[in-house]
Amino acid sequence: MIKLFASRTFFQSILIINAFIVLLPMFFLLNSSLRESNEFARTPFALARDPFWENYQRVWSEGEFGSYFINSLIITGGSLTLILVLALGAGFVLGRYSFKGNNVIFAFILTGMLVPAKLAILPLFIQLKWMNLLDSRLGLILVYTSAALPAAIFIMSGFFKSLPTDLDNAARIDGASEFKLLSKVLVPLVRPGMAIVAIYSAIPIWNDFFLPLVFLQSPEKKTLMQGLTVFFGQYASQWGVLFAGLCLAALPLVVLYLILSEQFIKGLTAGAVKG
Amino acid sequence: MSSALRREQNRTTGTLLIPALAVIIIFTTVPALTTLSYAFFSWDGFQRSTFAGFENFQRLFSYPYLDQLTAALRHNTIAFIVIMAFQTSFGLLLAYAMFRVKRGLRVYRVVVFLPVIFSLVVVAYLWQSLLDPYYGPINQIITGLGVPELAKPWLGDTSTALPTLMFINIWRWVGFPAIVFLAGLNAINAEYIEAARIDGASESQIFRKIMFPLLAPSLTIITVLTFIGAYEWFDLPFVIGGSNGSPAGATDTLALMFYRLSFGSIDSGANNVGVGSALGVLIFTLVGFGAAFGSALLRRREVEQ
Repeated sequence: MIKLFASRTFFQSILIINAFIVLLPMFFLLNSSLRESNEFARTPFALARDPFWENYQRVWSEGEFGSYFINSLIITGGSLTLILVLALGAGFVLGRYSFKGNNVIFAFILTGMLVPAKLAILPLFIQLKWMNLLDSRLGLILVYTSAALPAAIFIMSGFFKSLPTDLDNAARIDGASEFKLLSKVLVPLVRPGMAIVAIYSAIPIWNDFFLPLVFLQSPEKKTLMQGLTVFFGQYASQWGVLFAGLCLAALPLVVLYLILSEQFIKGLTAGAVKG
Repeated sequence: MSSALRREQNRTTGTLLIPALAVIIIFTTVPALTTLSYAFFSWDGFQRSTFAGFENFQRLFSYPYLDQLTAALRHNTIAFIVIMAFQTSFGLLLAYAMFRVKRGLRVYRVVVFLPVIFSLVVVAYLWQSLLDPYYGPINQIITGLGVPELAKPWLGDTSTALPTLMFINIWRWVGFPAIVFLAGLNAINAEYIEAARIDGASESQIFRKIMFPLLAPSLTIITVLTFIGAYEWFDLPFVIGGSNGSPAGATDTLALMFYRLSFGSIDSGANNVGVGSALGVLIFTLVGFGAAFGSALLRRREVEQ
């Protein structure tokens, strides 16, 4: 035991074994998505030497997969835009102005982080129905925005607070309005914060299937994760097509993650770790 | 500050703060505050009818709901204990391994965390296919190893369905505690470790006597988040077992029961918003008090650096 603790090779091998456990199922998924369904059923482990791209063509052209994908893009993109715009404004005001009630408003916003959205689903459902926002992409965007805003404002106000106040005074002396100060001087400086907020909000929204399940009924409005359940029923035992669909559904976040893995990890552990 | 600037700032405060506050109040605060009242009314579909006092709670604690409630609560509790034990210790092991290894750290970190960004729906279907009783590669490997009697319909058998779900959950989530613990290890003042090494402490002594106690804040966070996640467990059981927790309710959870009561299901028929809300209040109380009590208890053993 003591010897094991001393050796780097031991820990290196643990990480390599873990990499296999993580990557083998994913590789299997990708490989099988490029094989013809009947061939897969006969020999599940053979490599896709001659990639069978038709699976991807079928996923995209048959059925509703394409429209699910576009709905997810609209809903995730719409929510992210709204979250960023609102969090920039509120974060700027709360992070840089000192006025009466600043702390009270900030504390109120933080309580929004404590509400488990799933358990308030019934009142939300009835309220959206009453507001004519049930079965509507806009309704879903507003709910996601509301759920993500408290954390987003918390992060953005922290970034605004950390910038020197001299910047504001210099801009004001040059005749900039408060709005110009925010948009032209400060926004470019808080871009790292915006990246964290964007990533932190995008993952749960893109991956969510619970709220669409409850709020969206029309087939043409369904999101990708919700639509996958329909898709899985339709293509049962057409393995190649199923696997191609799963790959396409996972692809956007995986690409984003590989490009921005540092911010991803920082964003998801932000607030979870003290100093 | 000049009064012209003050006026402009007041105007800016209004324009920039009110839209954000309005969205939060309308779509989070109001529903959260009204949810409690729902449990005290009787409901006709989604139409509120008369005041019911504690009747919904009484019905929740009697036939036929009581049996479902106790079974679901048992499954959530098993899930919390098993996931906490395995996910946390594997996460800690991975974090410590990444802390010790110098070469390839960046790659390992990306790989360890990769499953966490996968959608649970994708993960659920991926594992469902891997575990398929006829075509799934896992049973084929088991048969190939010469022990065909161990090849099972993992997700279809009442005795293996819940453990299999917990395994899939751990596969998907273990990277999260790993990254949190790694951040915790990196935050430990390197001088302590250096001083212990000079005094001749072994690596395992350094881990047990210095690092583990100083990881207490990370452990608190992980425990509380695992607790909340386990008692609000919904996505994975729903995608794999449907809203009834098939097979035969073996994977039923409190959140699935809440969903069935709130929106109805094919098997158990029409919804019952009143009893559903009573269950919602119960889950919220359990999770809220459990998390608050647990974190207070765990904080006491945190030490200052």
